[in-house]
Amino acid sequence: MVEYVWPSKEDSSVLGKSIDKIDGVPKCTGTAKYSYDINPDKVAIARALGCPHAHAKLKSLDLSKAEKVPGVVAVSAMKKVGDEIQWQGDLIAVVVGDTEGAVAEGLDAIVAEYEQLDVFVEDANLEAAEAAGRTAKAGGKVQLEKEPDGDDPDFEEKELARLFKESAAVVEGRYGIAAITHMCLEPHGSTCEWKDGKLTAHLSTQNVSGTAGQFAAPLKVTADDVTVHCDYIGGGFGSKFAVDRWDSLAAQLSKDLGRPVRLMLDRDLELKNGGARPSGYAESKVGADKDGVIKVWDTHFLSAGGFGGAPVNQSVIPYVIVPPNYRRRGTNVKINTAPVRAWRAPNHPQGCAMTQTAIDDIAAKLGLDSYDVFERNLVNVEDKDRRGVYAEEMKIAAKLIDWKAKWHPHGKGDKKGSVVSGLGMALHTWGGGGHPSTCMVKIHPDGGVETFIGSQDLGTGTRTVIAIVLAETFGLPVEAIKVNIGSSKYPASGPSGGSTTVGGVSESSRHAGLDALVQLNEKVASKLGVPAESLVAKGGRIHAKDDAEKGLSWKEACSLLGMSPLEVTSKGAPGRNSKLSSSGVGGVQMAEVEVDRETGQVKMKKFVTVQDMGLVVNHKTAVSQIYGAMVMGVAYALFEERLMDPRTGAFLNSEIADYRLPRLGDIGEFVVEIYEPESERARGVIGLGEPPVIGPGAAISNAVANALGVRVPVLPLTPKRVLDSLQLAARNA
Amino acid sequence: MKAFEYASPRTEREVLELLSADRGHTEILAGGTDLIGLMKKMIVKPDRVVSLNRVDSLKTIDANSTAVHVGAMVTLEDLADNPICEFYPAIRQAIGEMASQQLRAQGTVGGELCQRPRCWFFRDKRGLLAERGRAVEEGDNRFHAIFGNRGLAKFSAPSRLAPALIALDARVRILGPNPGDETLMPLEVFYRTPKSEREREHTLEPNQFVSQVILPHPEGRVSASYEVRHGMGPEYPLVAAAASVLVTGGIVREARIALGQVAPTPWISREAIDAIVGLPINYETAEAAGQAAVSVASPLSHNEYKVQLAKVAVKRALLKAAGLETGGLS
Repeated sequence: MVEYVWPSKEDSSVLGKSIDKIDGVPKCTGTAKYSYDINPDKVAIARALGCPHAHAKLKSLDLSKAEKVPGVVAVSAMKKVGDEIQWQGDLIAVVVGDTEGAVAEGLDAIVAEYEQLDVFVEDANLEAAEAAGRTAKAGGKVQLEKEPDGDDPDFEEKELARLFKESAAVVEGRYGIAAITHMCLEPHGSTCEWKDGKLTAHLSTQNVSGTAGQFAAPLKVTADDVTVHCDYIGGGFGSKFAVDRWDSLAAQLSKDLGRPVRLMLDRDLELKNGGARPSGYAESKVGADKDGVIKVWDTHFLSAGGFGGAPVNQSVIPYVIVPPNYRRRGTNVKINTAPVRAWRAPNHPQGCAMTQTAIDDIAAKLGLDSYDVFERNLVNVEDKDRRGVYAEEMKIAAKLIDWKAKWHPHGKGDKKGSVVSGLGMALHTWGGGGHPSTCMVKIHPDGGVETFIGSQDLGTGTRTVIAIVLAETFGLPVEAIKVNIGSSKYPASGPSGGSTTVGGVSESSRHAGLDALVQLNEKVASKLGVPAESLVAKGGRIHAKDDAEKGLSWKEACSLLGMSPLEVTSKGAPGRNSKLSSSGVGGVQMAEVEVDRETGQVKMKKFVTVQDMGLVVNHKTAVSQIYGAMVMGVAYALFEERLMDPRTGAFLNSEIADYRLPRLGDIGEFVVEIYEPESERARGVIGLGEPPVIGPGAAISNAVANALGVRVPVLPLTPKRVLDSLQLAARNA
Repeated sequence: MKAFEYASPRTEREVLELLSADRGHTEILAGGTDLIGLMKKMIVKPDRVVSLNRVDSLKTIDANSTAVHVGAMVTLEDLADNPICEFYPAIRQAIGEMASQQLRAQGTVGGELCQRPRCWFFRDKRGLLAERGRAVEEGDNRFHAIFGNRGLAKFSAPSRLAPALIALDARVRILGPNPGDETLMPLEVFYRTPKSEREREHTLEPNQFVSQVILPHPEGRVSASYEVRHGMGPEYPLVAAAASVLVTGGIVREARIALGQVAPTPWISREAIDAIVGLPINYETAEAAGQAAVSVASPLSHNEYKVQLAKVAVKRALLKAAGLETGGLS
């Protein structure tokens, strides 16, 4: 009976060490082929035409002039006359041609007429949304410690009023976080090759194993006739799980034209169609005792999911710190934008930014150290087991940023001319349990090892993780494992979403590896005349546990397989009973900023993340993941937002030149510490991709509030928002 | 982009022969950092693109005792690296602020001055004066003009070099329409606020081009540029200012102060100039000059913050020119 466990830290030779990505060199030298790079012979280029209006009815569509442009081989409508268009940039038609130039001229030759309809994009404006009839009630919840006396219909209001009255400090404020786009460096799209009744789709996807069927149905074939292939993806962040309508069209066009068709969205249409993270705006009232421990919370929030998309889920308000009494109510605002898509840690960054800012305002109101207030509020962390972990992580983070020495009460720090500095923090949580995954391991008689999983590398370093797990299992160097991912023809694995990939592929790879080793060990055991259970695979050899001399080299051992390779396919068994993986992580982030009160510019000085993630498979890629999340966090905290023109609904900054993102000079110093005591390591592998992107908004906003003594209520904290807030505060003072 | 004819002349005369008198028929290609994007989005759709890349006479920097002549096709990087910029710190600083090495290496002096506005309504193909100004007036105008915006044009002049050059009293040499035609004009006169969609944001006829920038000898003047940027990236600054001052006996005798990103043209602030001339430059006088600069501001519905930024930019440009601490983030 094989016991599916990890070796101890001391016994591990590669597991948990810092290993370079095995595909790092191809990625940074440009030899890695991303979906956009696939360039088959005679490929036709397809581009889409976006609707110029945010809300309109298509009155007429004339493709005839486009069809006549030299070099254009096909023009296909994606909307029909009479259709209602709900956002600027929704796809109207596609032109296919021999060259980019011909396609561009073709697109320019399409004549479309529209009847413009009423537009609404003001996701932060409840009054205007109500006036425009653009609201819908969102879910909510009330939790009160006290039981109602009888059936007083006003109990809820009266009880909340009583709790606020008893509070030593009450903060009332508005806290918001603007919508952002995914801004995948590689836009959405595919190159589709139809040949002999079968489709090969080179799709930029986070879901290699789950998309073949989506291609098949509209083509009237079955999924076995489709191969989805994606070796490298240039960013997805939750927006590339499905075959989009433009991908299906590319496949159909390839079938119709009998040649490969590449249809990637251009940047403008990518930002307008490829996904966005919903905004959130909370009106909150928070009551705390004199120590800052929160006793009561009441929030009404707004969120907009775009046309047909899901707004922020109410469950994240309040976030991590959940007092015994709270009420959350919400309104969804219906705006003319494309439906939102999952964005790295869906709901959590918004929940954190909308609520942990209010906690910091409680500290400011009581004149307390924010650290102390967060620490005292750990009693309000729902999962009791995690309270101690947060406390430890806070201590480590505080030391790394030198919190005690640098702290000053809100707005009371030293000034260097117009420049003030501040500290802020936030806590986050995430699941990260492994997804179902199947791994096939093949051990060749000459000692070669290859492995096949229908997974993908969203940026986690999936290949390297698989190689490490099998290298550890077989006692081989990492480079001895040939990893194959990125094809729907490989054993199925889950989509990369929810930080589930590393847990998933670690489970299946360890299972398959150990299952294979059992079979190999039996052959070695009979050759050596020792019991198979006494054998270990270590240092390139299989030998008796207590007598390293008694053994065979890996190669010699594999030669016992005879003529055929040993193939073992195994599923992991993630879940409650697994000793290899589990779920539920947390972390602490602390930011130090400088703010120029005259210009509203915010500069990151130092940013610390302390993160638990169970057992670390690869220290280097784990730290890299956290760095990436922190950069993305700085981006939405200080720079990026989707800007919609309130009057016309136009997406104003849909080009890279106008969509602001931080550069290396903007991110300051990053410090990352992975919290991995034996108690955490014993929990097994847990995904990490999402958690560290959750807290930066609140942590940085709190640092800016600490510097200025004024809350800048809405992220990102642009110079405009900072100056507007300072001006408002001066006017109110 | 639309298919087009590509012309690559070798001489200034050939350039003029290739340019059409009809607006929109030909476009001039310098570094291409702006034009290519405009063509890809079909905001401009020329039938012929005339490249200046092989006209060697446009690539020189010549200095004599009274002036420096900078060819329009000198790259921004080459200009900033040239020793003559020791005398014109405002230029070196303005180019230094352009965070993208690619833009500096590929972009040219002439192209930088003639780039089209970043106004998002213009870039969304709704024209320079989008809906006769209504698109900006009633829409999101956070990056638009705070001065000179009472007409139909409300975009911000995008050039990052122009404020420095105007502060330094530069002139431009314009060739055409006919071979031998040559006009010299102060750079601030080169720019104009368009009154209709038929006009561009400068006075060039379609069959003219900028061949040279002429910088007068500084004669003891000190200068500086100051940009307020949102981050370290290649995005355009929110507001910029440049100042060139002649200080003798601790007193400002002459000053030229120009702002960028604040009006449909680079904006010379007479108010700031009047406020500083006759006084020494110190924190209080620079602050007062900044305040004077914005006394005539007319912010739109979403860009009041730019008034504050313009005030600070003028103040800090003056302090920097005088060699004093500007304050702000390091």
